[in-house]
Amino acid sequence: MALDSRGSEASRPWIEAAHPTYPCLIDKEHKVAQLYGMLNVPSAVWIDESGGIVRPTESAGAIDTSRAIDRQTGQVSPEARAEAQRRRQLYYEALRDWVEKGEESVYALSGQKVLDRVRGTDERHSLGAANFRMGVYLYEQGRPSEAKRFLEEAQKLHPENWAFRRQSWNLEDTGQPVRRNMAALMDELGIKHFREPIDMPGMD
Amino acid sequence: MATVLCGDRKTNIPEAEALGEDLWIPQADLERASGWTLEPEGVCFDNSCVPIPTHREAEFLRPQAFNLSAFWRHLKRPVIHDEKGDNWVFGETAGGLKAALSSLQAPDFALPDLSGHYHSLSDYRGTKVFLATWASW
Repeated sequence: MALDSRGSEASRPWIEAAHPTYPCLIDKEHKVAQLYGMLNVPSAVWIDESGGIVRPTESAGAIDTSRAIDRQTGQVSPEARAEAQRRRQLYYEALRDWVEKGEESVYALSGQKVLDRVRGTDERHSLGAANFRMGVYLYEQGRPSEAKRFLEEAQKLHPENWAFRRQSWNLEDTGQPVRRNMAALMDELGIKHFREPIDMPGMD
Repeated sequence: MATVLCGDRKTNIPEAEALGEDLWIPQADLERASGWTLEPEGVCFDNSCVPIPTHREAEFLRPQAFNLSAFWRHLKRPVIHDEKGDNWVFGETAGGLKAALSSLQAPDFALPDLSGHYHSLSDYRGTKVFLATWASW
């Protein structure tokens, strides 16, 4: 599911390069992301054959390297990169384990464990989503300066929503490289995580 | 004249009248704009109905017209509009996910693929689904 307000033309080259054997959908307004409380990419939910949630929304194997970015090079350190790779492999193995074993997998959660992990949304979040939707619509209508106001409001209402923020940066992108100080930005926003840690055996 | 964005719908309503925070639309346009219908029991969607609060009918109803924004606020859902009042977003309710998940069922949805063909989550019952997000940015 591409959270891409520029739509299928932005996603197309990536999808075609992947030669997918699975459905690739386009979520222009981040509507389904909002429904599942997905605040960044990559996020994922595991759903079983009967439509039940087995693992609610969490990072799909990616860890938070935002504070490990070298200010000079803009690159993540080799150590952080290796650690990220290790965690990603673990996540894929867990996913395969569940595909193979179903509810017998240690990675499959049930009942209260699922509910405990679900993050609720409140009125600020849904107002933020409405502002984001208006911003995307005005952008599509060729009114970028008016769109900006609504995109900024969405970010203000839901500051933890990195998908809103990163999408807004993307829509405003002039093609000039921008080096952002993520650590400083997060401190300024008072936000602890770029991605929440994955609560899974082996992930600490 | 207004464009109403509500749920999956994007509807142009030529006879809509925007007055500040209120958007009055022809009653005949209510269903295509929002999926809700006006019934004797109240305003209904998908077999459940919300009564118009007694003694406050004038806030919501005029001859032939319906105050969609007043109704949406009554549902405690967000309503926003652009500066001119030409474009309106009627947002989703807060707490949707927690509510949906009280049954531990993944909420259904529909999104298009590259060819514009819509897929629903419910199309994939009977198989495990790994629903993951990514982006070109």
